[in-house]
Amino acid sequence: MPGMTIAEKILSEHSGKEARAGDIVFCDVDFMVVPDSTGIFTVRSFKEMEGKKVCDPNKIMFVFDHCSPPPNQHIANMQKYERDFVLSQGVILAEGGEGVCHQLAVEKGYASAGKLVVGADSHTCTYGAVGAFATGVGATDMAATMISGKNWFKVPETIRVNLKNDLPAGCTAKDIILTVIGKIGAEGGNYKAFEFYGDYFEKCTLDDRMTIANMVVEMGGKTGFTCFSGLGIQADEDAVYCETVEIDLAEVVPCVAKPHTVDNWAPVSEVAGKPINYAFIGSCTNGRFEDLKAAADILRGGKLARGVRLLVVPASKDILLRAADEGVLKDLVDAGAAVFTPSCAACVGTHGGVPADGETVLSTTNRNFKGRMGNPNADIYLVSPMTLAASCLTGVITDPRPYVKE
Amino acid sequence: MEIKDKVIKYGNDINTDLIIAGKYTKTLSNEELAVHAMEDLDVHFTKKVKGASIVVAGSYFGCGSSREAAPVALRAAGVSCVFAKSFARIFFRNAVNVGLPIVECDTDRINDGDTLRYVLGSSEVINETTGESIPVNPLPEIMVKIFQTGGLVQYFRETGGY
Repeated sequence: MPGMTIAEKILSEHSGKEARAGDIVFCDVDFMVVPDSTGIFTVRSFKEMEGKKVCDPNKIMFVFDHCSPPPNQHIANMQKYERDFVLSQGVILAEGGEGVCHQLAVEKGYASAGKLVVGADSHTCTYGAVGAFATGVGATDMAATMISGKNWFKVPETIRVNLKNDLPAGCTAKDIILTVIGKIGAEGGNYKAFEFYGDYFEKCTLDDRMTIANMVVEMGGKTGFTCFSGLGIQADEDAVYCETVEIDLAEVVPCVAKPHTVDNWAPVSEVAGKPINYAFIGSCTNGRFEDLKAAADILRGGKLARGVRLLVVPASKDILLRAADEGVLKDLVDAGAAVFTPSCAACVGTHGGVPADGETVLSTTNRNFKGRMGNPNADIYLVSPMTLAASCLTGVITDPRPYVKE
Repeated sequence: MEIKDKVIKYGNDINTDLIIAGKYTKTLSNEELAVHAMEDLDVHFTKKVKGASIVVAGSYFGCGSSREAAPVALRAAGVSCVFAKSFARIFFRNAVNVGLPIVECDTDRINDGDTLRYVLGSSEVINETTGESIPVNPLPEIMVKIFQTGGLVQYFRETGGY
């Protein structure tokens, strides 16, 4: 038999049988992440299933992030329904303001190499950055896992992505993953796992790896691993891949995903000069310390162009505190940014910063679908924190490379 | 169970934000979800579905978020079945879990306004307008079991677990 991919290894380990691509296996799940958005429906399904106690309260974390602090009475009451359940079951609770669920799952060490994690959110795949097989499920699927401690999985085929050479200055992990998505397409990885390789991962940071793993779902991916010598789990040398994609990092340029799909790739040069109204730095994709710092380094000493608004939302309380300690928040606020408490905020359009009709938005998040940020009449461009910061200074979409201080 | 009705046809990549925007998902009322189903894609959807309950799309239907409200909103709006060339994986699981019938087949052979006839679980769908029989991709065994029980809630009530 040929060797195994990382996905095959983790699903074999958790099902107690040899799991090969295409098989359907029943697995013990190590950890479950439930954000407030889908948590309400998870709790309802749990009750409808006549669940009494969760399988293990130490394996389940509820996070108030997608719509917290709540913007109105109605949502506050729905969150109370969910919070009452959390308190009565004794599961792990991350209250509003602690951060985005995916950031917390990695920061607190709940996700780690070789673990099997499910989350009631599509960006659960982020934990592939630390070697976990992590994937999104719906609310009722989550309730079933909370009761039984198990779920069924179709073992995915794996696409291998080889990144060669070094990334040029002024380009970031966001530009890499937008380039990969542009090449593979929004459906190109549907039902598939990803393994990313390259010397880049020996040099880049955890923040960079999380940005890349986070967006594999934008190609339909089930999970994705950023492989390097310190990941803690590796595929066999003779593992079988359904497809291999080669990307030359030397050719990566600052880029955008144009409205209204994530694979609508363009180099910044193609859209440079387009006026912007609103910019958002945050989310499980690019709300980490290095993202805030990259933007602050460009904005420091400057001012937002007249007519441009900038909202900054750190992805966790730890990131917020570090950004405060190291002067990053001061640089951003001095330049004119508004800062909101750690949460999903403007990314998903349910609280914290909705764009107006006809506005052009630059966002460091992961989706630019029509209506994504709460208004179907706004145009969202996905960008790196560097492209966003340079554009905030000029008021038009701007190539960040001349603004990067070596 | 047999489904027979007219078709409303859409294109590729119908994402979950189009099926039900995030701002409308903060409710436990399926009726409230139904009112806003497909709103940003087709403002007349909830009216159209009353005379044509079968939704047909191209590839990658349901891509994007894990929100289960997407198949729930379609079901509550009166959709009897969704046919597409392919579905995004989380939507696919969610639909089966909440009891919304979904079928993978070659939808290039179905046009807006056609009448389809399909017996749930069978291996082909009949396009009564063109007279064609179109083969469909079978569901995995576990999904058939969950669907036949009436969804994952009912499956767990009856079996107590996997």
